[in-house]
Amino acid sequence: MSAMAPQTAAPPQVGLAADGRADEPMLVAEDVSKVFDVSAPWLNRVLERKPRALLRAVDGVSFTITRGETLALVGESGCGKSTVARLLVGLYAPTAGRIRFEGTDVSVLGTSAGRAMRAKLQMIFQDPYASLNPRWKVADIIAEPIRVHRLIAGEGAIRERVASLLRHVGLAPADAEKYPHQFSGGQRQRLSIARALASQPQFLVCDEPTSALDVSVQAQVLNLMRDIQRENGLTYLFISHNLAVVHHVSDRVGVMYLGRIVELAPKAVLFATPRHPYTRMLLDAIPDMQMTGKARTPVAGEVPNPLNPPTGCAFHPRCPLADARCKTERPALRTLADGVQAACHAVEEGRA
Amino acid sequence: MTAPLLEVRHLRVEFPTRRGTLVAIDDVSFEIAPGEVLGVVGESGAGKSITGAAIIGLLEPPGRIAAGEIRLGGRRIDDLDPARMRRVRGREIGAIFQDPLTSLNPLYTVGRQLVETIRTHLDLTESQARERAITLLRDTGIPAAEARIDHFPHQFSGGMRQRVVIALALAAEPKLIVADEPTTALDVSIQAQIITLLKRLCREHGTAVMLVTHDMGVIAETADRVAVMYAGRIAEIGPVADVIHRPQHPYTVGLMGSIPSVGEHRERLAQIDGAMPRLNAIPPGCGFNPRCPRAFAACRERRPDLLEAGASRAACWLHDPAVAPAAATA
Repeated sequence: MSAMAPQTAAPPQVGLAADGRADEPMLVAEDVSKVFDVSAPWLNRVLERKPRALLRAVDGVSFTITRGETLALVGESGCGKSTVARLLVGLYAPTAGRIRFEGTDVSVLGTSAGRAMRAKLQMIFQDPYASLNPRWKVADIIAEPIRVHRLIAGEGAIRERVASLLRHVGLAPADAEKYPHQFSGGQRQRLSIARALASQPQFLVCDEPTSALDVSVQAQVLNLMRDIQRENGLTYLFISHNLAVVHHVSDRVGVMYLGRIVELAPKAVLFATPRHPYTRMLLDAIPDMQMTGKARTPVAGEVPNPLNPPTGCAFHPRCPLADARCKTERPALRTLADGVQAACHAVEEGRA
Repeated sequence: MTAPLLEVRHLRVEFPTRRGTLVAIDDVSFEIAPGEVLGVVGESGAGKSITGAAIIGLLEPPGRIAAGEIRLGGRRIDDLDPARMRRVRGREIGAIFQDPLTSLNPLYTVGRQLVETIRTHLDLTESQARERAITLLRDTGIPAAEARIDHFPHQFSGGMRQRVVIALALAAEPKLIVADEPTTALDVSIQAQIITLLKRLCREHGTAVMLVTHDMGVIAETADRVAVMYAGRIAEIGPVADVIHRPQHPYTVGLMGSIPSVGEHRERLAQIDGAMPRLNAIPPGCGFNPRCPRAFAACRERRPDLLEAGASRAACWLHDPAVAPAAATA
């Protein structure tokens, strides 16, 4: 059972020296959970004797992100990947567990003490139509983080900085005078990126940044994101449901299913030798441009209702390898011999 | 060569607006053989959905067919009055839309909707129609179809709802199904199930499919031939393997290069700079010329029609030796 080891992350593991910026990963999530109360109103619960309904959107998720890398989280709708993104930037508070950014708990993000961290930690959202204020000029949208964090003094200097940010994302300085509705979806996503870069962040959380875009525009935005990562030394958490996009952008990949990470591995390893049966199923389901006319055998079943998740391993009703143990005992995320982490009894027992 | 099931000839769709007439579809011609799956791909605004809507007679006003004709089994269907078109739609052409929740009536059980559709088009009694509805639901892979038939749409998951929509489209055994982004709203694992199902059912029933999607992967797995649309025109049309592996139009070449693939590692994706022109600003000559890396003088002046290009046809002057400069074709 050499494959069994305590839950540790695959990349260079570290001592948690309080000051050790070089030592500690940039971001550490430890056993993070988020539970939403989706119960009916109190009166209905009393009159109709309905129980409380709790939705475990994220259930004991642990991972680390080292400086300069891109960790991708991939999964189907409702797997909790966007909730993780929101927990990281402090838009939600975790129900349990801790998230530390450069050694400091991100719970300070909502307080005045978190101002410096807010500048370093920015987010790009999926829908560029909803994430830009339609009544603000581009100049004000992009200058807002600069003003909030008092990074540059003087209107002239701010205007110059906005112009250089616009050039940086492939737009023209003259675009600063326009409103968001004057831009296409891809250009709006460039504006979101310029705004995120305005506070000189070190870490960008990207929640499906290209899902609303056409493929040729998606290629432009993905190339841009790669360029700015190189130039600014950024670290990314990249959330996507599209495995081909994840393959293109990531260094490591975490696969989520029903609120838990079921497999976490370096990109090349995950795509070459997926371990968890769910990962294999996802990879099989990618429409393949190379295999024209190929018949595939899709895995049966659907993602279960997260309000009433299956016992044991949440994937067992759809899993071809499930046995009695899978139905009762929930597998922990374990590190295998080659550093891959997987939460699967079959993998652990060598049945996979 | 069998007679085509669907013939679209020089189709032109216009949207009159206060600021002038927008031409959404400009001189589009193609055909679909019986039992064939034709994929129609393109980015938002290319006109692929409007082409589908024109065929099933559901163009949103003020959109209208301004020129050209659509023939189904040799008979013109683009000039039918609404009542007669309604008979064609459902009986001869089935439709599947992107969002299964909006194509089902939330107030009726799925069984009632199926039975109504079946009895509108086929001469069956209530109980025979119900039998047929259960068989259809079972064919589309809905477990416990006998019980599920009396459920309402909201009681089904997204994937199951799309199966119900497919059952509805097949209810009267149409010869053609127009499927507009049938898997776009679904997760990848469900998408794979629905594609496999659609392929199997259409093969079993001998139904031809016009599959409109932006997802080249779905086309690769499903279609026999594919038409690539750009700015209201067909840029390239040909057998699916040729269009994917040997694209002939510079737009198709760029489009294929911009799709990230799991099978290979690339530092950067090929990118087509710029964006598709809006309908009120389509440039003269070839609509793609401002973004085209190989454009030359003729491309800015004259609009190319579909020309023979390998096993496909492409609307590009590069494939006309009389027009293309010798250096450009090399």
